[in-house]
Amino acid sequence: MLLITCPWCGPRNETEYHYGGQAHVPHPENPGELTDEQWAAYVFYRDNPKGPFAERWMHSIGCRRWFNVLRDTATHEVLTSYRLDEPRPGGNR
Amino acid sequence: MQSHPLQALVSELHEPVHPTVVMSNHVHVYVSQAHKGELVMGAGVDSYNGYGQRGSFHVIERQMAAAIELFPVFARAHVLRTWGGIVDVTPDASPIIGRTPVENLYVNCGWGTGGFKATPAAGWTFAHTIATGEPHPLNAPFALERFTTGALIDEHGAAAVAH
Ligand SMILES: Cc1cc2nc3c(=O)[nH]c(=O)nc-3n(C[C@H](O)[C@H](O)[C@H](O)COP(=O)(O)OP(=O)(O)OC[C@H]3O[C@@H](n4cnc5c(N)ncnc54)[C@H](O)[C@@H]3O)c2cc1C
Ligand SMILES: [Zn+2]
Repeated sequence: MLLITCPWCGPRNETEYHYGGQAHVPHPENPGELTDEQWAAYVFYRDNPKGPFAERWMHSIGCRRWFNVLRDTATHEVLTSYRLDEPRPGGNR
Repeated sequence: MQSHPLQALVSELHEPVHPTVVMSNHVHVYVSQAHKGELVMGAGVDSYNGYGQRGSFHVIERQMAAAIELFPVFARAHVLRTWGGIVDVTPDASPIIGRTPVENLYVNCGWGTGGFKATPAAGWTFAHTIATGEPHPLNAPFALERFTTGALIDEHGAAAVAH
């Protein structure tokens, strides 16, 4: 069971949250001009690192807000959590 | 492709009570009894990415609740051990079998939670693909290009989960 800290509600069990996959995936700037390949990259292609991973979680049975978590996918250690408008702690990889 | 933990569990040894494999999509139970007597159960996949070869305990808890819903007699069985493996999951929870943009490089991956049972068909169609350079009609829809064309096999979650 992961213990995840919601930036608004504090530390809660994983069962209060919903997972949202990789964080910091930018929406295309000019969606109308994308090729099918570029859409595929945006919609389906994600990083899958072994180690620290910035990912989205939603406090679905709490405040229902989305936020980001930096978690080590090898050890399951939750390193930190931060708001969506904050940059990834320690920079982008 | 995302790597997720998938867990399974076995009980202590019991007299034969369960002569066949039973799969219930409704409550999500997959259970058989080994010849020695253990009840063997597959649990659900953990929602998050992970390489730690273990998953979260609430998944096991939910699995046991589902099994007891289906077979109340299992409430007397004790869990002997649980374990987790890493499964590679695609956006539509279906495998990718076919060519790649690199000449002479073929992939047969993304089997996720259901790759054992499919081995004969996967091997046969993959061999056909490599031998002829063209997919067999059975694996043609499973090509990597489906993520570009949008012709996915099924929406994630609607894909067959039968093991
Ligand atoms: C607990 C559990 C229960 C399951 N139950 C069922 C079931 O009842 N029925 C069913 O059909 N399926 C089941 N599965 C799913 C099935 O095990 C998988 O779908 C199947 O094993 C996938 O086979 P694969 O060869 O494609 O990939 P894998 O078995 O994942 O093999 C990938 C291999 O690549 C190696 N590798 C990774 N990276 C590298 C690298 N950089 N260099 C070299 N090697 C590398 C790995 O070490 C591994 O040996 C279950 C899985 C688990 C974990
Ligand atoms: Zn909250």
